[in-house]
Amino acid sequence: MTEILEIAAAICLVIGSIFTLVGAIGLLKFNDSMTRMHAPTKVGTVGVGMFLLASIFYSFTYSEGSLHQVLIMAFLFVTAPISANFLAKVNIHKRSCDTPPTPPRDDTWSTLNVPVADRDIEPPKSP
Amino acid sequence: MSFATSFMSGALTIAFVIAALGQIMCMIRLVIGPSTGDRILALDTMVVNAIGLIVLLGIAQGTTIYFEVSMMIAMLGFVSTVAYARFVLRGDIIE
Repeated sequence: MTEILEIAAAICLVIGSIFTLVGAIGLLKFNDSMTRMHAPTKVGTVGVGMFLLASIFYSFTYSEGSLHQVLIMAFLFVTAPISANFLAKVNIHKRSCDTPPTPPRDDTWSTLNVPVADRDIEPPKSP
Repeated sequence: MSFATSFMSGALTIAFVIAALGQIMCMIRLVIGPSTGDRILALDTMVVNAIGLIVLLGIAQGTTIYFEVSMMIAMLGFVSTVAYARFVLRGDIIE
């Protein structure tokens, strides 16, 4: 039983390190701001989630075990989409990506709907 | 040393090396990042990688005393990411 738990912890560590490596390479090598956002969000969920799962398994092999790590996992899984949403809004606002198409019912996206005096960025260059 | 123990120690070493490598890659993106969003994203990923490194340290030493540390780093990382993004979006953090 102990051996099975230890091997499960090691497999979780390997999966987590694969995702961490892929996310870091994606953050470094992709060529567009919005594309670059895609890879590191996997580090925040699957990579660290697998590390924490390995920590849970390993704590059950040598001591009586602890489930504290589930709290960090829940916190990360709740907050990762929120920060990713904020970063996407920053990218749209700074126009460091292609502006998304006009929404069907409003006239513009809310993050672009600021008064002209508050705009510290250049208007979009028409290609 | 049984097979499981040696497999575990090898996987732990690999995970340490890869998390440190990912931290260095994020640092490169933090330096060269062309736009502000990329720099905030690199900082956010560095916080997440730091949580991973601390969790791995807890596994390596066989203790659970690093739980509070990683919890605090997770909270501060989220708050700082939101604050940076909000500063870029609105020019102010608390209006």
